[in-house]
Amino acid sequence: MKSLMSGNEAIARGAWEAGVAFAAGYPGTPSTEVLERLAEYEEVDAHWSTNEKVAFDEGVGAALGGVRTLVTMKHVGLNVAADPFMVFPYAGTNAGFVVLVADDPGMYSSQNEQDSRYLAKVAKVPVLEPADAAEAKAMMIAAFELSERFETPVMFRTTTRLSHTRGLVEPGPRAEFPRKTFSRKSSQYAIPVYARFRRPELEAKLGRLREFAETFAANVVEEGDPQIGVVSHGIPYQYVKEVAPEASVFKLGMVYPLPEERLREFCGRFASVFVVEESEGFIQGEMAAFGILNVIGKERFTNIGELSADLVGAGLRDTQIPADFASEVAVLPRPPVLCAGCPHRGVFSTLKKLGVLVTGDIGCYTLGCLPPFDAMHTTFCMGASIGNATGFNRAGERQVVAVIGDSTFLHAGLPSVLSAAYNQVPTTTILLDNGTTGMTGHQQHPGTGHTLKGNPAPAVDYQGLIRAMGVEHVEVVDPWDLDATEKAIKSGLAHAGPAVIIAQRHCNLLPDEKSKERIPYAVTPEDCILCEECFETGCPALVWEDDYPHIREWECMGCSMCVQLCPADAIALVGEA
Amino acid sequence: MPVTSVLIAGVGGQGAILASELLALAANAAGNDVKQGEFHGVAQRGGSVFSHVRFGDRVHAPMARRGEVDFLLALEKLEALRYAHFVKPGGTIIINDHKVEPIRVADQRPYPDEAIDFLKSKGFKVVTLKATAKAIELGNHKAANVVMLGTLAESLDIPDDVWDTTLNDRIPARLLSLNQQAFAAGRQLCKA
Repeated sequence: MKSLMSGNEAIARGAWEAGVAFAAGYPGTPSTEVLERLAEYEEVDAHWSTNEKVAFDEGVGAALGGVRTLVTMKHVGLNVAADPFMVFPYAGTNAGFVVLVADDPGMYSSQNEQDSRYLAKVAKVPVLEPADAAEAKAMMIAAFELSERFETPVMFRTTTRLSHTRGLVEPGPRAEFPRKTFSRKSSQYAIPVYARFRRPELEAKLGRLREFAETFAANVVEEGDPQIGVVSHGIPYQYVKEVAPEASVFKLGMVYPLPEERLREFCGRFASVFVVEESEGFIQGEMAAFGILNVIGKERFTNIGELSADLVGAGLRDTQIPADFASEVAVLPRPPVLCAGCPHRGVFSTLKKLGVLVTGDIGCYTLGCLPPFDAMHTTFCMGASIGNATGFNRAGERQVVAVIGDSTFLHAGLPSVLSAAYNQVPTTTILLDNGTTGMTGHQQHPGTGHTLKGNPAPAVDYQGLIRAMGVEHVEVVDPWDLDATEKAIKSGLAHAGPAVIIAQRHCNLLPDEKSKERIPYAVTPEDCILCEECFETGCPALVWEDDYPHIREWECMGCSMCVQLCPADAIALVGEA
Repeated sequence: MPVTSVLIAGVGGQGAILASELLALAANAAGNDVKQGEFHGVAQRGGSVFSHVRFGDRVHAPMARRGEVDFLLALEKLEALRYAHFVKPGGTIIINDHKVEPIRVADQRPYPDEAIDFLKSKGFKVVTLKATAKAIELGNHKAANVVMLGTLAESLDIPDDVWDTTLNDRIPARLLSLNQQAFAAGRQLCKA
């Protein structure tokens, strides 16, 4: 019987049915739920790795060691894993190896738009991309067959829309495979002189993959109106079916390498063919290289942001897209905010007060760049904050602070702290230790004391770790205590060498925190002098109602940061006013 | 059956996603092809959240086109304004008469208290109900999403026993009774 699954659940289901025995990854929206769901199957040994490169390396070892392996990451995670991703294809795999890469057109939770198909082309790795949850499950099984047939890693590309859309999926049984033997042939895996022999073999393998693309069942022509030809793939295919159900559509399930001869035959039947693809004009570019030029693509379907049925309709049919009502009525923005009582709030409130330059990193705390804080001035990629701060320091900027979360610190922050310590640069780092990977939905990491499967694990000793790298000034502070936080940051900045301040308090949304009894605060209207200092906390529990600040009782976590900022003693615990 | 498109919108934490999942499950159990696409930003709470549920004989796109949605279920008034342009001319907007002030930013305009009248003036069929007040009366403000779903159910061709089974299967046991009451209350509210 069919059941409703998100794209990510279906991908996990497909991997399980394909007999995956080992899976590793690092959380990153929109890929995260794949590994979380896969870990629920007891037959699969799944774990969070410290970062994507580590996950990829572990995956390579497992696949060479003879078991079907899935590694998962978001698009920028592939950049971290790019080193093994580019080299592994030279050797080729033993058991099936699939890397799940989730792109984020529209940047719902990313710093950039990046079309991973290009990286696959550079690596000479085939790419499969499904168009809905049911296809995702079936195609994952096909991906492992492809990987073993050609002894190649396979990229399985998804996007936010596919990963986060639920659809109907028919579950099937799991296939089990005996462990394959690894034969020790250093000529396949080592040193440049051997790699030079592998290079033409890799090219020959790509040629065989091109031939395979011509017959691959998921590259399918849906015959329709002989006047309207469309080439599409993935989620954009669904938009095409929505707005032009009568069109003849060449639907590509394998988006690299492409079936050149079949595309040439298909496009030869039409005066011109629409190529409807999301993000860059990758398919269009490949077709141009084949000399298929009667194509209308990125000229009419933007490469910026996410496509939609509306945008595809406008591109295919010149249909008008109705405007929203923002020009007629105050549709106020409702941006995401740090939660009430979020420990990051104490750090950003203090950083704003100190007026220092802040280099930021990737996590919930990136919201520190927004009002009322405006206290994050750069954010690039995982771990960048510390190296960026060291660089600012070398450029002569002394009042600079790097801000990085605990999971991010362990992912990519350690080498930068080590570099600052080694070179004795007085870089000040604030490690926001909220005891979880917050933004992606509370995943475990080496600092939490638990694994992905919920088993106990050693929790890293941050102070010992940081001191062992040569940082002498390490201080722990509770970010709900604004005075103590200010003192700690000032002393870190004053220190002559590198300093790390650990702002330690659990995320309010962790189960152990949520279950705590909280006594909320309330504003006493007769004492309030309407200075609005309390709004400097940016706390969503604080609203302006009936001409004075009001604390929404059900949302207040009792952190007291607004109390600490109030110059008129006008905020008290409910029941004590 | 032709495709029915429902858009459910609210503020993070209000349960817009759970409501759409319940609708998707019920629509499927009633024999439809279903797609449900959800949109949420980087933070867990506080931001604008919305979800499209589309069901019928065969559904392609996970989200409806602008001007195509049959029913907009808005758990908050400002969020009704934000997504009303997705509703087809004369389509139905079911609004929880409930206000959640967005976080204050510099030079912010006042909250659009005229939201409901504005939407009526645009020719939509506007149904307002005090779902949050009803949910508080039942013991938990978070059940407003299921009150709203009960109201929507009155307009959909999904049998009662399918809704019963869906709630039974999806809602944890300790919250089942609350949600059953909320659903029944929503059905009553729109008849009042």
